[in-house]
Amino acid sequence: MVAVATIAAAGWATNAVFWSPYTTYQRVPQEQPVPFSHKHHVGGLGIDCRYCHTSVETSHYAGLPPTETCMTCHSQLWTQAPLLEPIHRSLATNTPVQWTRVNDLPDFVYFDHSIHVNKGVGCVTCHGAVNEMPLMWRENTLYMKWCLDCHRAPENHLGPRDEVFNMQWTPPGDQAARGRDLVQKYHVQTARLTDCSVCHH
Amino acid sequence: MPPLMKTSGALNLESIRTRLAGARGRAYWRCLDEVAETPEFQDFLHREFPAGASEWPDGFSRRGFLQIMAASFALAGLGACVKQPLEKIVPYVRQPVELTPGKPLYFATALNFGGYAQGVIATSHEGRPTKIEGNPSHPLTHGGTNVFLQAAILDLYDPDRAHAVLRAGQPSDWETFVSAMSEAMPGHQAKGGAGIRILTETVTSPTLHRQLRDLLVKYPAAKWHQWEPLTRDSVREGARLAFGGFVDLQYAFEKAEVILALDADFLFTHPASLRFARDFAARRRVQDASSAKMNRLYVIEPTPSMTGSVADHRLPVSAQEVEDMARALAQQLGIAAESGPTSHDPWIAAVARDLQAHRGAGIVIAGEAQPPAVHALAHLINAQLGNLGATITSTAPIEPAPVNQVTSLRELIADMQAGSVELLLMIEGNPVFTAPADLGFTEALARVKTRVRLGSDENETSRHCHWHLPAAHALESWSDARAADGTVTLIQPLIEPLFQGKTPHEVIDALTQQPGRESYDIVRAYWQGQGWTDFETQWRSALNDGFVPNTAAPSRAVKPAGIPPPKTPHTHGKLEINFRADPTIWDGRFVNNAWLQELGKPFSKLVWDNAALVSPALAQREKLSNGDIVELKFHGRTLRAPVWITAGQAENSVTVHVGYGRQRAGRVGTGVGFNAFALRDTNGLWGGDGLELRRTGDVHSLASTQQHHSVEGRDIFRAGTLAEFAANPHFLNADREPPPSPEDTLYNSGEFKYAGYKWGLSIDLNVCIGCNACTIACQAENNIPVVGKEQVGKGREMQWIRVDGYYRGPLDNPEMHHQPVPCMHCENAPCELVCPVGATVHDSEGLNVQVYNRCIGTRYCSNNCPYKVRRFNFLEFNAGMTPVQKMAKNPDVTVRSRGVMEKCTYCTQRINAVRIVAEIENRKIRDGEIVTACQAACPTEAIVFGDLNDPSSRVVKLKAQPLDYLMIGELNTRPRTSYLAKLRNPNPELPS
Repeated sequence: MVAVATIAAAGWATNAVFWSPYTTYQRVPQEQPVPFSHKHHVGGLGIDCRYCHTSVETSHYAGLPPTETCMTCHSQLWTQAPLLEPIHRSLATNTPVQWTRVNDLPDFVYFDHSIHVNKGVGCVTCHGAVNEMPLMWRENTLYMKWCLDCHRAPENHLGPRDEVFNMQWTPPGDQAARGRDLVQKYHVQTARLTDCSVCHH
Repeated sequence: MPPLMKTSGALNLESIRTRLAGARGRAYWRCLDEVAETPEFQDFLHREFPAGASEWPDGFSRRGFLQIMAASFALAGLGACVKQPLEKIVPYVRQPVELTPGKPLYFATALNFGGYAQGVIATSHEGRPTKIEGNPSHPLTHGGTNVFLQAAILDLYDPDRAHAVLRAGQPSDWETFVSAMSEAMPGHQAKGGAGIRILTETVTSPTLHRQLRDLLVKYPAAKWHQWEPLTRDSVREGARLAFGGFVDLQYAFEKAEVILALDADFLFTHPASLRFARDFAARRRVQDASSAKMNRLYVIEPTPSMTGSVADHRLPVSAQEVEDMARALAQQLGIAAESGPTSHDPWIAAVARDLQAHRGAGIVIAGEAQPPAVHALAHLINAQLGNLGATITSTAPIEPAPVNQVTSLRELIADMQAGSVELLLMIEGNPVFTAPADLGFTEALARVKTRVRLGSDENETSRHCHWHLPAAHALESWSDARAADGTVTLIQPLIEPLFQGKTPHEVIDALTQQPGRESYDIVRAYWQGQGWTDFETQWRSALNDGFVPNTAAPSRAVKPAGIPPPKTPHTHGKLEINFRADPTIWDGRFVNNAWLQELGKPFSKLVWDNAALVSPALAQREKLSNGDIVELKFHGRTLRAPVWITAGQAENSVTVHVGYGRQRAGRVGTGVGFNAFALRDTNGLWGGDGLELRRTGDVHSLASTQQHHSVEGRDIFRAGTLAEFAANPHFLNADREPPPSPEDTLYNSGEFKYAGYKWGLSIDLNVCIGCNACTIACQAENNIPVVGKEQVGKGREMQWIRVDGYYRGPLDNPEMHHQPVPCMHCENAPCELVCPVGATVHDSEGLNVQVYNRCIGTRYCSNNCPYKVRRFNFLEFNAGMTPVQKMAKNPDVTVRSRGVMEKCTYCTQRINAVRIVAEIENRKIRDGEIVTACQAACPTEAIVFGDLNDPSSRVVKLKAQPLDYLMIGELNTRPRTSYLAKLRNPNPELPS
């Protein structure tokens, strides 16, 4: 009895640790060389995601802005701010800024942004309300189980393509019905979505 | 560590012969042990992995393992293996405009093979090249590649490449070299450059030639010499003998109906071999019974070659006998060549009749190892038969300055010996290692006042040099080169030189005191002087397409002088030695390339070694077994080498492959194999008789993959003749059971509907020449590790696609066949049923998917696979990679760790990439859009991938042919990979 209880407790503890933010990094803001605020730039200034994350519609990699992109504004604005010193130094010394990766998947997972974005999966669906994040954190666990929740039933999460970059979009009341229409309209191959070879190669 | 399968003394070759003589029907065999049915081999076969394959490496016992693991278990803790560590993400500072991060870019350039350009397209991921493909638009290569081109990526990222300028062995820099030259050159100029010598390999680069010519104008007394060990001197001299001057010949194999190869491996060693392979295959491929026509190939050679293996009639004869037979053939055709009776006169007569019957549609070609007389005879024969001008055209030499390279080297050495050389600049090459042993290059080199070498590695020659300059790899260089038909390709770099490498252009400039021009400027300056109408547009066009249009050399009709050459003197010794290019490391320049070292040589499938190839008859006489070390004595020099018994080797010929046995070749190549160059001298550059062979009693363990993954004599390889096919297209299925029906299974046969894409692969055995380009291409594309000789000996080689060799017939001259074997992607996969963790699963398009992260390494799947296509990472084969080696990996494919099973995936990463683009564009994938790595590499287009649900796709049409068969189809595995049986086209007059 004691043995069973010990094993059960150990199992419960492991599970608790495994799903806790310590392991999943969920909602844990990460330190960055420059405390870039999406809340200010996206929420406040209204800059579109694609201004910086340029290859999200064409490549698997959404793209992280080169120092040049920051300098499109910051060569004029806040040029003396100490917080921006790493950016200026990066440009001056031709050394890239080393950001901490927030949304990271293991190396054996091959996630493709372009197909998701083109099929109506909004940025907010996976990355949360980025326009309200003073410092970037991972909104969802990004565990395989979480990915499969959508891959098994994409109609619960798809939105129209023109709403993909809309930070305010939320699934409407009749999402299931609308979602099914979108699955049809965007030719989402639901039969294939749970094949291992879709993400692992 | 000896290989895992020990042979018990000498094989009883006599009994093997008897067994093969009595064989009926289509009995294919792979190796002598298999035919001999030695108990060791039977035991070897019955285990999925040979006994001891799962054992830890030598010297480490199970107890030791547990002791170490106990410690690390205690220290491991839970946190280390549960939480994903935080990583950095690093963007650009200024992102290049044309680059979409995550999407590779493709650049057309060329790589050097035998001095001639081979047009390729290199794939670049975020500024680093990771894969080489052929360039389908290139007029010479048409998209094919060979093993050397595919392995070039590993050479680029070789950590043993020269890193820095060395002065007397100490690190220096380029500026110091330039200033040292600037100081020295005025002194040379005063003497007209009398003490300057330049030694290069074969040069076809127009820019380099112009620079050298300008240098020789500036220093009129300087000289330029050319030498490479696998020199094409005989070809040049043969043409000079026949036509009165240097002439290059262009062979149109697509027009040839009858081909005779006189010791000519034109499908592999010729600079135009990629084109020849494609053209030859075009006339070999059989599409349907009604219009089935095939060319016919006759080959006479001393040692099995790729060309010989696809011949309809092959005779193993000594290299000297080749000339006798060529003379006899010439006589038969009415040319008054000095000749006598040979032991194959009826054969020659039949060939002569066949060639006569196809006047103007035949080709007689001689190989670079044959003396000039044979080449001249071939030219006369072709002229007599009307082939010259029809299937064979002639052009001015493609090389801008062709010379007899042995003479050139001899002159250089004479000057060096006399002390008249003050500055010797060597561009690449390794003459200390490769120069003929009787010329004394190394001794003469010591008398040169200043020796400079530009080379990619600090090799044996660089050790003797005052200055070693690191060379830029072709993928890091601006340059140009000509293909074998004259087509110019501008070589463009894909990456800045990793190790401050310099191109030959920059080094020559340092000698001619040009103000520090870069290669880009040098090459552009040359082409700007060529009078193009719109330079910028044409320049960009040429870079985009991978070749400069209309630069193929124009035909120039020639007539042979008509006088047959005199006989090459023979000494008629008993045994003959043949020096040949090594099929995986060429002349030794690739010894440090691990992919090529681990590639099994065709026929012997030896890895990480070379051997002296002997015939079964010779082995029987001298009582030799595989691995026995013999002492070879030739022209007074001796060499110890292990032997390998080679079926199809001419009885009294011993073949040695050159290039091994290097002492300064990097961590992979040093000390591997034996050095055949030690025996080679100018009196027998390609061999000769007068060889003495003596058993020493010592044994060397050789690792060969020929016996691995044997499928135990089941119905794997099917072949027949064209006549049988024409009579009954379904002749191959006549005596076989039809495959079982899809419902004939205990499992749910309707589980997968395959309504969408249905992937399949077809391999045409009729055109596979066994070149192994597919194997290296797959290795490059899929990050397949290299395991080393000891591990290969245990059957742990990792290549996902292997080219199996099969023989049929008598030991001394069997038929030879090649069969590429990737994963079959069975619809009823035996491997999927037995995985306890669901790491090998089926996807909805028919792929058998291996999920690395789930695999726990039970290896039951591999055990259950009847085709033996699964590979297990027994050890951490990717451990200890330097940062430069990591750059060679393809980022689109997982790098597997220890304990994980892997196998061919039909290049699922390529399928996914194309599918994503097609879905975004809302269209279906077009046929030919997805090209697997093996398909892309194949010079003969033997492998075709496509959608079986698309009736217009190539693969559907191929699988509909009556020659299509499944490997062991009666097991009801329903493989998606199928084969087109091989047909031969034997001459009815000759016994087949």
